This record gives sequence, structure tokens and C-alpha cells, in this order.
Amino acid sequence: MSTVKLTIDNRKIEVEAGTTILEAAQKNGIKIPTLCAWTEINHTPGACRVCMTEVEGQRSLIAACVFPVSEGMVVRTNTEKVRHARKMIVELLLANHPQECNFCVRNGSCDLQKVAEFVGLKEVRFDYTQFPKEGMIDRSSPSIVRDSRKCIECHRCVTVCEQIQTVSVLTPAHRGSDVRVVPAFDLPLVESNCIACGQCILVCPVGALYEKDDVDLVWKALQDPTKHVIVQEAPAIRAALGEEFGMPPGSLVTGKMIAALRRLGFDKVFDTNFTADLTIIEEGNELLKRVKEGGTLPMITSCSPGWIKFCEHFYPDLLDHLSTCKSPQQMFGALAKTYYAELSGIDPKDIVSVSIMPCTAKKFEAQRPEMNSSGFRDVDYVLTTRELGRMIKEGGLDFVNLPDEDYDAPMGEYTGAGTIFGATGGVMEAALRTVYAVVTGENLPSLDITPVRGLEGVKEATVKVGALGDVKIAVAHGLGNARKIMDKIREGKADYAFIEIMCCPGGCISGGGEPIPTNNEIRVLRSAALYKDDGNVQKKRQSHENESVKKLYDNFLKEPLGHKSHKLLHTKYVKRGDELPHRKDD
Amino acid sequence: MKAEENELLKDFTPEQVTRLNEIINKHKGKPGGLIPVLEEAQVALEYLPISVQKKIALELNLPLSRIYGVVTFYSFFTMTPRGKHTVRVCLGTACYVRGGKAIADTLKKEFGIQDGETTPDRMFTLETIRCLGACGLGPVLVVNEDVHGRVKPSKVREILSQYT
Repeated sequence: MSTVKLTIDNRKIEVEAGTTILEAAQKNGIKIPTLCAWTEINHTPGACRVCMTEVEGQRSLIAACVFPVSEGMVVRTNTEKVRHARKMIVELLLANHPQECNFCVRNGSCDLQKVAEFVGLKEVRFDYTQFPKEGMIDRSSPSIVRDSRKCIECHRCVTVCEQIQTVSVLTPAHRGSDVRVVPAFDLPLVESNCIACGQCILVCPVGALYEKDDVDLVWKALQDPTKHVIVQEAPAIRAALGEEFGMPPGSLVTGKMIAALRRLGFDKVFDTNFTADLTIIEEGNELLKRVKEGGTLPMITSCSPGWIKFCEHFYPDLLDHLSTCKSPQQMFGALAKTYYAELSGIDPKDIVSVSIMPCTAKKFEAQRPEMNSSGFRDVDYVLTTRELGRMIKEGGLDFVNLPDEDYDAPMGEYTGAGTIFGATGGVMEAALRTVYAVVTGENLPSLDITPVRGLEGVKEATVKVGALGDVKIAVAHGLGNARKIMDKIREGKADYAFIEIMCCPGGCISGGGEPIPTNNEIRVLRSAALYKDDGNVQKKRQSHENESVKKLYDNFLKEPLGHKSHKLLHTKYVKRGDELPHRKDD
Repeated sequence: MKAEENELLKDFTPEQVTRLNEIINKHKGKPGGLIPVLEEAQVALEYLPISVQKKIALELNLPLSRIYGVVTFYSFFTMTPRGKHTVRVCLGTACYVRGGKAIADTLKKEFGIQDGETTPDRMFTLETIRCLGACGLGPVLVVNEDVHGRVKPSKVREILSQYT
């Protein structure tokens, strides 16, 4: 690899050839402000113009995010000319941006706010008060709100939607000062092919994209004395919630999270991990049944509602490959108003079931018409990690200093297998542990199945499972990667038995509802927290060892894939594929 | 495929749909085929409603959002039917100071439509443009390919009456 020597702000540095000035500066701890560049997804449109620098020998100021370094280059990032220009650029951006910071959802995590502070902006000399709300805010989706007034046209959301998720719902449309990021034909989001993953929210520098906020509805339920409010939290919450309170990424805060939920007034604090373990039992048995009876293979996991909607839109011909298992969230919801209602003697109509999810698509999933198998809406409200963070702040809790508390019985017990659902490869690893034990009557020689861990886009492995022989499996995360596997299946070239697909890059730990910022470095840390929970914290690491799940079968469900399971824990999918292709360029 | 054809036939004749298919097939599979397809389709069909964009997205295997982004970016493409005659008023600096705005206002009043719209009888489409390079003739009014210079608001009706 050839390198280039250059000088930035009188510091001599050496970087790889082809690096941009922005990357070179970042790698050497020199801060250049930017609002549009997001190098992890190869997005450097040079659109915001905030990253202005002065380069010796160049006539005009240079946008650092698009300009490659060269030998002997002399760059200055803080001259009078640079500071004046970027101040003006930010001032003009703000002149076209509603000044609603005090009650904006991104107050405190807004890049525009930070950049305005960075460049030392003291005033905006233009009239910035006229922003019609009419037609500019799209609240049609159950998951995502788009506020075009706040959009600064960085187009990160367009890139993530088109290049990473290959859903391609969002596009810049119209021209000049009329440019807006919209779905095709300016349709409301709910009428587009949006799969509600919320990856656009994670990259939005401002408050132009955010989750549909259901916090007030949950407060209302908690205040209602006639309601028994129970809560479940996805594994990814415990690995990320601390970040909302300034704790370092990767802090495992299970105990504090439970304590906080109790103090907010939830009557019972249960865990989605309980039904993650249950999912493994049902899904593992479904896989074995398909293998034995010649059912559709490869079988693909169905925990991730964004992935499910994606498959329904773009691979409607392959829906039979999806496991019929509901996601852990929905299994929990169905059991909350049947099994738990019976156990506790509470009328299911008085139970409000809330889930805390790292995911915006879960809000969509909870309101799917299929998800009423208890006779009620199985999950009443879904809050993202960020919404729970706001609720805890509003509740006046000092999160960081809360004591560790434990889950309520019986739907709070979980094993390490349940907790790793939150990271890409986790469901596969959990399933293999149990399938191996069911088939061979023994535990896997090592419960750590490392080939399925980590951030590589598509992971493959072959595991010898007793009488079944070699079982070939694959894991994909991020829908661009999912497409690679789905296209293989479509062409009849996939010889896998079992595939795990997660909608979001990295899995649920970087779902669209997780704390901002989320980037690859943080993905690794959050995953590590879950593997720590699995490897070091939980005594049991295999779903079939969960005593409460065993009791659930003994006393209620009777058997995996049985009559009750079929009614409560399994579901059907909808062909949505009469719509349109949305592929990225080859 | 059938459903899209039916949707197209609501807006166009079978001959036009055949023509669209020919245009698409000519450019299908070639890199950068989108703009030529849109351009030729615009000429052949006179406008590019949702049904056409869906068809092109499907055939070229491109996201619908991409097609829409391109169609709304270039002023050559329109999503509403065009009139038999296109009337363009120049509002570039020179024409503007010599009364282009008054010409545009007169046309809007005369037609009862706004910039970019078409009269209900589909006779005229009104557009404003910025500078044709004929500043010496300003204010300029262009109907189809005919350039009319030094136009006065009182002359507008007379000019239009030539186009039937």
C-alpha cells in the first residue's frame, strides 16, 4: 500500500494514498466539521460544504470530504478564510431550518447543533421563522416520521436506503430550492415499499427522520389504575440503553434497566429473551420437521420484522422459506394475554403489554392484523431504546446510579442463547446449540460458534449434527447482504439447511431504534456486551435449559409445534410483491 | 406484467404502448439507458405519468424512486399531459426588466392556469423559462418553435390566435 506525506495545520502526517483530506484529518485526531459525509457507507456527496479547508496552491476553498490527499500537500483547517466561510455556510443552513431545538427529538444529539457550536456561530441574520408545517411532516408510517422542514439535504438516508438496505424508497426529487427527499411520487411513506427498518434515522444528522413517538400512550397506561401493565425488553436494549445516559458503548445495564422500568410503574418486568428461548424450541423443531419430512429448505429465520416486510415485498415467491415462527416480541405478546393472564388470574382485557425494542419495524409488526391471536392486540405499545431513554429522563431517574434488580417470574427467565439474539449470528448460534442437543442428546463440544459471529456481511459454516450429518448454514445482516443469499435461493443454488437474516447491519444492536450515534465501532462494542452476557453472566447457555420455558410447555403449550403453539406462536405472511423492483446498481 | 399493461392502456393507445415497449427494448440492459428511454418516451407519449414510470422501472430493473428523481429533475420531462402547443415566456433578467412578468401574468389570466400547467382543452401548456439568449428581442414569447420578440401584453391574444 503506497502512502502519501502531507501537512495539516502544521502537523506532518502520513496516510494511505487515495484517502480524502477529511479521512486523513480524522485518522490523525484533527477535527473538520461535516454534516453529510458518512464514510462507513461510502457516502461523501460533498453536499453540505461545511468541511471547507484551505489547500496551498488551490485557488478556492476545498471540500475536505471529496478531495484526495497528494504528496506534499499543505492543508489548513482553521484559517480566517476557512472559519469565515464555514460559519456562513452553517448560518445559511440554519436560515433554512426551523429553530425548534428546544423541543426537537434530536436536541442534544443533533449534528447541526454541534456543528453550529463548533464553528462558533453567534447569530442567524436571516428570517428563519417561516416554516409551513402543512404537507411537510409525514406521519403516515406506524414507525417513522419524516419532517422535510428540518432536512438539510445531506442524502445519507437515501444512500443507506438504496445502497445498504437496497430498499430504495427515498430519493431526492424536484430541482433547485424545491429539492426534497421523498418516496417516489411524493407518496406518504406508508404507501411506499418502506420496510420501516429505521436505518435512515440512525444516519440522519438532524431531526428530519425519527421514530413515531408512543411514550405518552405508555405513560397514560401506567397512570391508569385499572390496567395491569407488563413490559418486555429485547436483548439489544441492555447493551445500549446506558449510552442514552452517557455510559460508554458496550455497557451491559440489564439490572439498572429492570430497576428503571419498575420505578416508572410497570407492574411486571419480563424479558423478550424468555420468548427468544421459546423461539429456539419452536424454530429448532420446525427445522428438524422440515428436514425429516422434506419441507421447504433452506428455512430462514423470521425474528426481524423489517426483514419479513422486505421478503414480502421483494421475494414474495420465497415466503415458504420463512420459518412460520412469530418473532420473540409477538410470541411474548400472545402469551402475555393468554398464559400469563391465566397464571395471574388477570382478565386479559386489563393487561397492557408494552415492549421495548431496538427497532422501528417492531412498531409496524405489532399492528399487523395477524398479531391478534390472543383475541386482543398481542403487543399494545412498542417503544424504541431512545424512547425508553427519554421516558426514564422524564421520570426523573438517575439511571447511572440505579441499583441492579432482577426480572419477575416466570417470563423473565432466560439463557445466554436468548440474549445473543441481539447480535448478527446470534439466533443461528442459539438454534445450533439446541438442535445439536435435540438430535444427538449431547451438548455441542463448544457452545461458542465463532464463525457466525462478527460483522462480515455474509457468514457461512458447516456444522456436523449427529445423525443429520453436515448441516450447512448461512448468516446475513443488512438487506443488501440478504439479497445475495435470496438471489442464490431463487436461482436454486443455495444448498443451506438454515439461514439467519437480520434486517439491520450488525443485527438488532444497531436497529433503527437504538441510541444515536450508531456506527461500526459501537456495533462491535454492543455485540461484545451481549456475548459477555451469554458467556460470563448467564449460568445457562442453551434455550432448552430454560426451566420457565419447560414449565410453559408442561402446563400450557404441551408440545412444540402443537395445537396451541400453532395458534399462538406461528403466523402467516403476505405477498406484497405486486409492487416494484428496488435494486441497487450492479 | 398484465396489470401494468392494463394500467398503461388507461392512459395511452395500444400503439403508444407498443412504441413504449420498443423504446425500452432498444435501451434495455445498456448502462445509462434510463435517460434515453425517458427522453424518447416523453417524445412519443408526450408525458410520463406514474403508469409509464412503473413500467420503465420494472423493465430496466431500477428503483421507482430513481425514475421519479430523474423525471422531476429535468424540466424536459413532465408527469401531466402537455397541450398541443407549448407556450414559453422568458423571465431571464433582460426579458424580466422589459416586461416579461406582465406577459406571463397575462397568459396565466388568459388560460386560467399556472406555470407548468395545461389548459383543460389540452391546447396550450404554459411554461416560464430563464433566458433563451435572445435578450435583444425581449420580452420573448416562444410558441412551439416560433420565437415572438418585443411582445406586449395587448398583443398576446393575437399571437395565440395563430395556433389552433
